[in-house]
Amino acid sequence: MKPRSKRLLLVAGAVALLVGAVALVLNAFQQNLVFFHTPTEVAEGKAPVGRAFRIGGMVETGSIRRAADGVTVQFAITDTAKVIPVSYKGSLPDLFSEGKGAVVQGTLGPDGQFQASEVLAKHDENYMPPEAQHAVDQAKKAAQTVAQ
Amino acid sequence: MMKEMKRPERGKSLFRFAAPQLFYPLAGALAPWFAAAAAALTIIGLWLAFFVAPTDAQQGEVYRVIFIHVPAAWMSMFVYLIMAFWSAVGLVMNTRLSFMMARALAPTGAMFCVVALVTGALWGKPTWGAYWVWDARLTSQLLLLFLYFGFMALTEAIEDPRRADKAGAIIALVGAVNVPIIYFSVKWWNTLHQGASVSLTKAPSMAATMLAGMLVMALASWAYTIAVTLWRVRPLILERERHAEWVAAELDALEGKV
Amino acid sequence: MQWESWSAFWQMGGAAPFVWGSYGITALLVVGELIMVMRRRKDALRRLLRLRRAKAGGSGGRRAFEEIVE
Repeated sequence: MKPRSKRLLLVAGAVALLVGAVALVLNAFQQNLVFFHTPTEVAEGKAPVGRAFRIGGMVETGSIRRAADGVTVQFAITDTAKVIPVSYKGSLPDLFSEGKGAVVQGTLGPDGQFQASEVLAKHDENYMPPEAQHAVDQAKKAAQTVAQ
Repeated sequence: MMKEMKRPERGKSLFRFAAPQLFYPLAGALAPWFAAAAAALTIIGLWLAFFVAPTDAQQGEVYRVIFIHVPAAWMSMFVYLIMAFWSAVGLVMNTRLSFMMARALAPTGAMFCVVALVTGALWGKPTWGAYWVWDARLTSQLLLLFLYFGFMALTEAIEDPRRADKAGAIIALVGAVNVPIIYFSVKWWNTLHQGASVSLTKAPSMAATMLAGMLVMALASWAYTIAVTLWRVRPLILERERHAEWVAAELDALEGKV
Repeated sequence: MQWESWSAFWQMGGAAPFVWGSYGITALLVVGELIMVMRRRKDALRRLLRLRRAKAGGSGGRRAFEEIVE
């Protein structure tokens, strides 16, 4: 093969690969534009039926229960308006805790129980030393007491 | 057209450095200074990152990945915009140096893009619980990497430099649309990736010493990018301008030294 | 100072592989890029010098010229 046609083949191959990669990425992009649904959307029936999807929200305070088998965890995920009970078998990310953000992937059972196959922790964009966090928490508590 | 190529303008304005003949020595003189600045800023930045910035209340020590992750991600987006800018200038003004700048920038932008993706994966595993998710932020950043690769592959593969420049410029300009998509993805759609800690529209949501470390590292990556781009554009200028007399003189001086 | 000891520093609160992995990979990529830039410069200059010698018709120029033409 002449070097010229060899190079042409190489270019064509590279372009084809690249177009394929970009197409795949754009496809993933479109499918996951809505990375997760909120519990309210799920309650309103806006979540996809018959396939796995994700719910994002806050892990409700006081909702985490570990089953006797040691691997199954029950908790509730909420956007403060609606609450969805979740059941999950497996290890949880370090940042998973009550009152913090989480995204769960799985399917919604007919009983309204969400069977999660994956649990991700979603953290916020605030970075501060523990002492500052403590001060913020105290201030919030004080504000709540005043409000009540 | 040939006339303006042969005789660089001798005006007093800074635009005279658009002439490759004048830009070549300027780039050579400036690059070491930017490299030195990059090294010094990196040392200061790392010291702030590891010895001054406190532990994060939420994440513990693992958050220290931020000091390279965020500057690298910023840089990967910014370099692409500068590439698109030079490409546009090249197309409109028909200046050869602009295209060379765009080409010299691409590998560094791609490098920062890889850094952002890899450090993001290493940060995501211990915090989110996954190396990778296909949310809008991560997906659009991956697309940016493919755009860099596309730009580099295309400009390398097309032999005629003028056509290569134009093809590259089109990728650079079309792909630039992706940059605001990356930046605003965390606002426009719900993503696993958190929102921006630092932006022009609100006070930064970071402790001051953490922010200082991140900004110094960002400055370091700026200086690094400038130094490396200048170093990369110099041989590119010689290759492209090899028929010019001044290049012959330059090569005379280099004979036996390389 | 943030650290009780150097070993605490290296352990990074248990996140050592992730933190040091991130910094390590970044350092490798930066060093790799610098080496590539230097190498490309050398290659380009050598090619240009060869091309010039070939044009001047010196010894060994023939081979260099063919290399460039190809």
